[in-house]
Amino acid sequence: MTPVADVLAQPAARSLVRRLRFIEPSMILWLAMIAVLVFLIASPLVRLVVSSLQEPETGRLTLDNYRQAYGSLRHLQALLNSLELGVGVALLAGLFGVPIAWAVSRTDMPAKGLVRLMVLGAFITPPYLAAVGWILLAGPNAGWINKLWIAATGASQGIVNIYSMPGLILVVAITSFPYVFVFTNAALDLVSSEMEDAAHILGAGKWRTMFRVTLPLVLPAILGGLIISFLEAIALFGAPALIALPGRFQVVATQLWQFFEFPVRVEIAAAYAMPLLLITVALFWLQNRLLGRKGYASVGGKGGERRLIALGPWRWVMLGYAGFVCLLAVVLPMTVLLQAAFAKAWGRGFSLDNLTLRNFRYLLFEQTQAQQTIVNTFVYGGATAFAAIALALAIAYVVSRRLVPWTNVLTFLCMAPFVIPGIVLAIGFYAAYAPPPLALYGTGTIVVLAFVTRFLPIAYTSSAAGMRSISPEMEEAVRILGGGRLLAIRKVLAPLLKKNLAGAWILVFIPATRELSSAIFLVGPQTRVISVMLFDLSEEGNFEVLSALGVILLVVTVAIAAVGFRVIGRDFMLRRSA
Amino acid sequence: MTTLALRGIEKRFGDFVAVKELDLELRSGEFVSLLGPSGCGKTTTLRMIAGFIDPTAGVIEMDGKVISSPAGSVPPERRQMSMIFQSYAVWPNMTVEQNVAFGLKLRKLPAEEIRCRVREMLDVVQMSHLAARYPAELSGGQQQRVALARALVIKPAVLLLDEPLSNLDANLREEMRFEIRRLHDEFRITTVYVTHDQAEAMVTSDRIAVMNAGRIEQVDAPHTLYTRPRTRFVAGFIGRTNFIDGVCNGSDIVFDRFAVPRGLIENGEALSGKVTFSVRPQSLTLVRNEAALSGRPSVAVTIAERAYLGEFWTYVVVPKEGSLRLRVTAPPLEVYEVGESAWLEIDPRQMAAIS
Repeated sequence: MTPVADVLAQPAARSLVRRLRFIEPSMILWLAMIAVLVFLIASPLVRLVVSSLQEPETGRLTLDNYRQAYGSLRHLQALLNSLELGVGVALLAGLFGVPIAWAVSRTDMPAKGLVRLMVLGAFITPPYLAAVGWILLAGPNAGWINKLWIAATGASQGIVNIYSMPGLILVVAITSFPYVFVFTNAALDLVSSEMEDAAHILGAGKWRTMFRVTLPLVLPAILGGLIISFLEAIALFGAPALIALPGRFQVVATQLWQFFEFPVRVEIAAAYAMPLLLITVALFWLQNRLLGRKGYASVGGKGGERRLIALGPWRWVMLGYAGFVCLLAVVLPMTVLLQAAFAKAWGRGFSLDNLTLRNFRYLLFEQTQAQQTIVNTFVYGGATAFAAIALALAIAYVVSRRLVPWTNVLTFLCMAPFVIPGIVLAIGFYAAYAPPPLALYGTGTIVVLAFVTRFLPIAYTSSAAGMRSISPEMEEAVRILGGGRLLAIRKVLAPLLKKNLAGAWILVFIPATRELSSAIFLVGPQTRVISVMLFDLSEEGNFEVLSALGVILLVVTVAIAAVGFRVIGRDFMLRRSA
Repeated sequence: MTTLALRGIEKRFGDFVAVKELDLELRSGEFVSLLGPSGCGKTTTLRMIAGFIDPTAGVIEMDGKVISSPAGSVPPERRQMSMIFQSYAVWPNMTVEQNVAFGLKLRKLPAEEIRCRVREMLDVVQMSHLAARYPAELSGGQQQRVALARALVIKPAVLLLDEPLSNLDANLREEMRFEIRRLHDEFRITTVYVTHDQAEAMVTSDRIAVMNAGRIEQVDAPHTLYTRPRTRFVAGFIGRTNFIDGVCNGSDIVFDRFAVPRGLIENGEALSGKVTFSVRPQSLTLVRNEAALSGRPSVAVTIAERAYLGEFWTYVVVPKEGSLRLRVTAPPLEVYEVGESAWLEIDPRQMAAIS
């Protein structure tokens, strides 16, 4: 360097050193967390889009994958089937969810607590377990309903066949109507009785008031719930795979799965996943618009006085209807599932000599693979919950303290997985991490990474809400007394957020232990989880062991949810938080 | 002991200028208040002193060393300062004792000394009997005392207070004002106190810096600030006042229907042209008849409005055939009816020319 340049460079260098001296060491941690976030969210999505446009061998740009994905009538039919499934489920879920939500929120229907508990039960039942229950109930010929029908009428054939589109719609609707319930219930709770009184005083009767005043007020919320049900239905893998495949029809999710059978054609799967992704993003946008609209002034403020509507004898009719829905959604499938779990052969019915603990003994003590699977499930679930919360908390902290510019982008990234169907995310993860150099396919790491990404929005929503509830002055008081940011987080923020984070942990852990859509694409022989094993057992037709495994999963889930109830409060899962 | 200097401080948030060209020096052990309406930049200034935000121009020096500048700042945890927050920010997950001991533990003092100093400090703020309580079990005033103890126990170089009394009820607020001043007299820590309450500032401070729209309008001792305000804003913000316009004319300054000789007004000889004066209601006296006048400048007035506030009367009077409306306070026994005539006497020593 020439002396002149040397002299010119010096002040700049000095000021850089001075700047570095002032930078807090914890900044490195924040930047690392941001890097992890970008890596987790962006890389699978980018890989998904890129690989859908590439020739797998040469990497050349091509549209051939799209031609193959949409070039056959069978594949197009699957798209239409998914649409039919989604619309059917949304309508049926509305039919189930809206009247019950109205009865629970606005009327004097008896046994509301029990009905709520049943809805929660339907909420935490994984759809694939509901599907298994209904296979036992309405499988052609062998199913309970058909056997009873044949015994009662002497007919040669059963009357219901679960392996059909209506069967699939029923099964998915009974597991997704709680979304409609939660949205509608939350909105109805905000409608003041005065609104209804105003209609009554003008001469409108009870029913007229309900249809002309109350329901229109909560219509946006109902539509929001229907949209969520629709999206759940088209993104679901487990229930369709259990019901559509034996019924010899395909939906998008099962078709995507077929692309992963040997030889694996990720690039075509990626191309075929695009409509799912685009529809989801578009509908979530629409849902946000619907729920964000301010035109319905009575919804979203303080409700004013609220009185329950006296239904008279009709309340028993309402209760009957709610009971019927709960019967379909929880009581019947869970009863037959329990029976099968404790039966030597489920078809032999409810008799004492058919009772056995063999299925559980087999799973818990004899079959080493099953043990491994159960351990995997809870280890991955726990690891996912811890990792997702750590990441979400760090990002929520950076956002709330505005430590970096563009904090909106960070929030957006954290919430983005919310609008990516699990199955699409899994294909992106496969495309990004299965091939060398990372070659993570079949490891626990890729499963946990995918789960963390998938459930990050849940963790982030809780963390950000917690962060907002604590005044920044709590932390500034630590800093002015001589403690750094990390100390403030350890000594003050974390202890204050304890309850909040415990709730978030449960909210992530429960779905992570039952996740199938993304797991099915990413697990290897050593990293199977319960949901995947259930799916495999159903292909073998071993419903007794399958049911026992399902019962184990449900017992653990319910136990953890019960702990959450005690620690965090009754409604923590049925709250409309997102 | 510590001196603190703010030189040419400016803070912008985007296009909005929160603080501009602010200069302020604190002597060692001095208690200075930043007083102003909300949004005047006083809290922003305090947070710059604490190091929570960096200035966009200017520097802050402590004992001659730069601690804040646009290029970078010493982080708050290395400034040896203490701060008391508007919300107190007493940590709810720690007992009173643990709250107070926190800063000492960070300084890695021996356990015995920490215990000793915490006990002494809790005695000083009269909280010893509640040492094992959690903040949720304390009243607002008690939490305030914990915050004070926590801030003072580390013997900070500078103590910062951000509207510490605004969440207390009126009686407690008055009690805590004197408490804060008492603690300052005991420890003599260089202190910056932010408030929008003039009485609070006047009770506690050695000097008050009145801020408006991001600038300091005037820095002076409370008495000077009240009797000799230099700007219209300061005169109007500290206490009530009358603004009257006069014109210099020879040896007199002429007002609406009366005149005051220049020589009686402080610095009166230096004035020229049109001048506005701040005249406090207390410096005006109502006299019932001409014979009782003391010889000060006076004018015949009519009572236009009146209100009785218990401690004193407030009258609004208008000079005969004039349009000026003046606010006057009078003791409870000096009763005038609306519409009655009287004489108004003016004390020229208490008139302050403002710019």
